[in-house]
Amino acid sequence: MRLIILYLIGLVFGVGISISGMANPAKVLNFFDVAGTWDPSLAFVMGGAVIVTFFGYRYLLNRPAPFMSASFQLPTRRDLDLPLIGGSAAFGIGWGIAGFCPGGALPALGTGQLDVFIFTAALLAGIFVAKAMQSFGREKQVTV
Amino acid sequence: MIETAFTPFQSLGGGALIGLAAVLLMATVGRVMGATGILAGLFQPANIADWSWRAAVLAGMISGPMAVLLITGDMPAVQVPVSTLMLVVGGLIVGIGVTFGAGCTSGHGVCGMARLSPRSIIATLTFMITTAITVYVIRHVLGA
Repeated sequence: MRLIILYLIGLVFGVGISISGMANPAKVLNFFDVAGTWDPSLAFVMGGAVIVTFFGYRYLLNRPAPFMSASFQLPTRRDLDLPLIGGSAAFGIGWGIAGFCPGGALPALGTGQLDVFIFTAALLAGIFVAKAMQSFGREKQVTV
Repeated sequence: MIETAFTPFQSLGGGALIGLAAVLLMATVGRVMGATGILAGLFQPANIADWSWRAAVLAGMISGPMAVLLITGDMPAVQVPVSTLMLVVGGLIVGIGVTFGAGCTSGHGVCGMARLSPRSIIATLTFMITTAITVYVIRHVLGA
């Protein structure tokens, strides 16, 4: 039952991504191409998503706990550091090159198009490389 | 380059569904709806329950396009205006960037922005700017 509900939540996300245009690199790249074939649609995606989440979270996070877990697990850090800004800057460069972001690509796998699988394989490779770099950096810190 | 139609209503509705899914995930397992975190956590889960919620949500996401096909009769468009090499290079950079940046469009751009997290606001501004610069350079400086 728990997993069916979670599957349906993923499905709502996947349908939302699919109809919003976020799964379509042509549309994503056109949003950023103000000097060319500009398509402002994605501003509406982010606007709609942030507004609903903002009010939903405000209501929920005043409750003691979620329904299926002992507590809310929210990121607590508030500091700005180089990995956050450098990593986000790099993400933007990759997004601008390929046109897929992770949240767009994962639902797009469901179309069965080969290009999405190629992007997702490279995405996973990049995640593993970065995780290895991070754990190498931590080991070095410990030994010094 | 492929021209895409301005779709404010689909994009706003899709965005609202993305937000709804984010709110429902917080209400159930108490987690942020970040594609990067959900995907990366699949490969190093804390325990079986941690793996199973991620797998269920991901399976739901991937079913999104098929659900849209069943409802509307059309598979969502995934038009890729870039080369396979760009998909691979972009995917690798996205993977590295989102890991160091600890989030992507869904985690920082939707959930973090909705929580008014300073880290997420800075991350989102950073990647929106570098994506726009990258698209401008590729399309209007390099002319690709």
